[in-house]
Amino acid sequence: MTDEPLLRVRSISKFYGNRIGCSDISFDLWPGEVLAVVGESGSGKTTLLNCLSTRLLPTSGTVSYRMRDGAFHDLYRMSEAERRFLMRTDWGFVHQNPADGLRMTVSAGANVGERLMAVGDRHYGQIRAAATDWLGRVEIAEDRIDDQPRAFSGGMRQRLQIARNLVTGPRLVFMDEPTGGLDVSVQARLLDLLRGLVHELGLSAIVVTHDLAVARLLSHRMIVMKDGHVVESGLTDRVLDDPQAPYTQLLVSSILQV
Amino acid sequence: MTEIAQYNFAYLDEQTKRMIRRAILKAIAIPGYQVPFASREMPMPYGWGTGGVQVTASVIGPDDVLKVIDQGADDTTNAVSIRAFFQKVANVAVTTHTGDATIIQTRHRIPEERLKAGQVLVYQVPIPEPLRFLEPRETETRKMHALEEYGLMHVKLYEDIAQHGHIATTFAYPVKVEGRYVMDPSPTPKFDNPKMHMSAALQLFGAGREKRIYAIPPHTRVESLDFEDHPFEVQRFADPCALCGGTDVYLDEVILDDRGGRMFVCSDTDHCEGRRAEGHRGHLAGEAVGA
Repeated sequence: MTDEPLLRVRSISKFYGNRIGCSDISFDLWPGEVLAVVGESGSGKTTLLNCLSTRLLPTSGTVSYRMRDGAFHDLYRMSEAERRFLMRTDWGFVHQNPADGLRMTVSAGANVGERLMAVGDRHYGQIRAAATDWLGRVEIAEDRIDDQPRAFSGGMRQRLQIARNLVTGPRLVFMDEPTGGLDVSVQARLLDLLRGLVHELGLSAIVVTHDLAVARLLSHRMIVMKDGHVVESGLTDRVLDDPQAPYTQLLVSSILQV
Repeated sequence: MTEIAQYNFAYLDEQTKRMIRRAILKAIAIPGYQVPFASREMPMPYGWGTGGVQVTASVIGPDDVLKVIDQGADDTTNAVSIRAFFQKVANVAVTTHTGDATIIQTRHRIPEERLKAGQVLVYQVPIPEPLRFLEPRETETRKMHALEEYGLMHVKLYEDIAQHGHIATTFAYPVKVEGRYVMDPSPTPKFDNPKMHMSAALQLFGAGREKRIYAIPPHTRVESLDFEDHPFEVQRFADPCALCGGTDVYLDEVILDDRGGRMFVCSDTDHCEGRRAEGHRGHLAGEAVGA
């Protein structure tokens, strides 16, 4: 176990003209830690996630990532080739809409195998075996391996997207509303699965969600955002049980009780 | 008022030829890389070889001997009209013999006869981007070429094996040129892929509608993509050519009647005629005239 963080975020800001996307955000993400970013729509959660995952160039600030050799690299000083390589090997990105993260016109097996082929795997039998294994781990029946994702239900698509991201054994996964658009029973199953995989693989993850229940179940620590600023951060249970900032108190108290 | 030339050798004006030659030189310098060029309107519809014709028009000289083939045949519409076009606008000698030609413009075949140093093979290309049907964004495919991210190409081959049990792609089979760029060899049958490898002839590819030129210089490595456990294979034919008895050639199926009768004949008509002139006979060839 190392005593250095995996991701170091320092003063990340993103401005859209005069408007604030997110402003002056700093934190460390530790190996094996799941961090939830919560807040209402338009609070800058997704902007922050995109800035961290090199999908959007921040206006200022630095993001450094500890590579497998132990050295920190500033993501925005790496070449584009290195960044893209990182994106498809050591990182994963789970989109809210599975169609954004999947290739809808190729089979489930090829969707999972694509990353393996991208890093140079050229043995069909091995790629297929890995795909079969991963479909099993996300609870998709083996006989669906040659079906296209468009024949899958929403929950299955989302699980397929997760398998596709995890097949290269990433250390860091970004998730943008992974349970958005799913009904509650499917959500529960997906969350259960995600929690199991994160624990089993020792993944670090940054999960953006507006659903406090998702944050409670998945994350160790959370950041509450409002209007592009962090209003509160801390251990998930502490923030949810004993919110300090007025906005967080409002957010926690507005959860619907059944 | 200056006189505007009513006629210029080989149809295109000299500035256009210069522009296309620059693109060709760049393409030769970076084997397999698609060089954009300002494709001109040609007096034929897109899909009939406007790219190939522009390349041929830019490299042809008065001393050249031109051969044009369409699916291997010298006598089909596309081949006849392009050959007539260059006879009219460049007054060059034309031939159907592969060995005599200095420039061969082709639509979707490589001649069976091994090409020599000094010959130029010009391909007509409909869609130059091998990744197009997997990744529709041009910005993204260019980036993938630049960063050598070719995993996606194997996704296509994976899909073939998953659905058909073998690599079912039979034409436009993707190749890697000189260990760097993945290239679409135009819709030639994969039977012809091995002929591109280390060829002594210069190979030029022109896509008129898509405005791209690319090239394989002589003696360049051209490897067909495959999997370790599903290696690249060319098509095999059960029977020899019905006219010349040739084996190890690419055959076309010809329907003979409406009761299931059919024959397989050489797709390369010049090769087939050459063999018959040497006395080879297939089972449907009949007797030679005068024999």
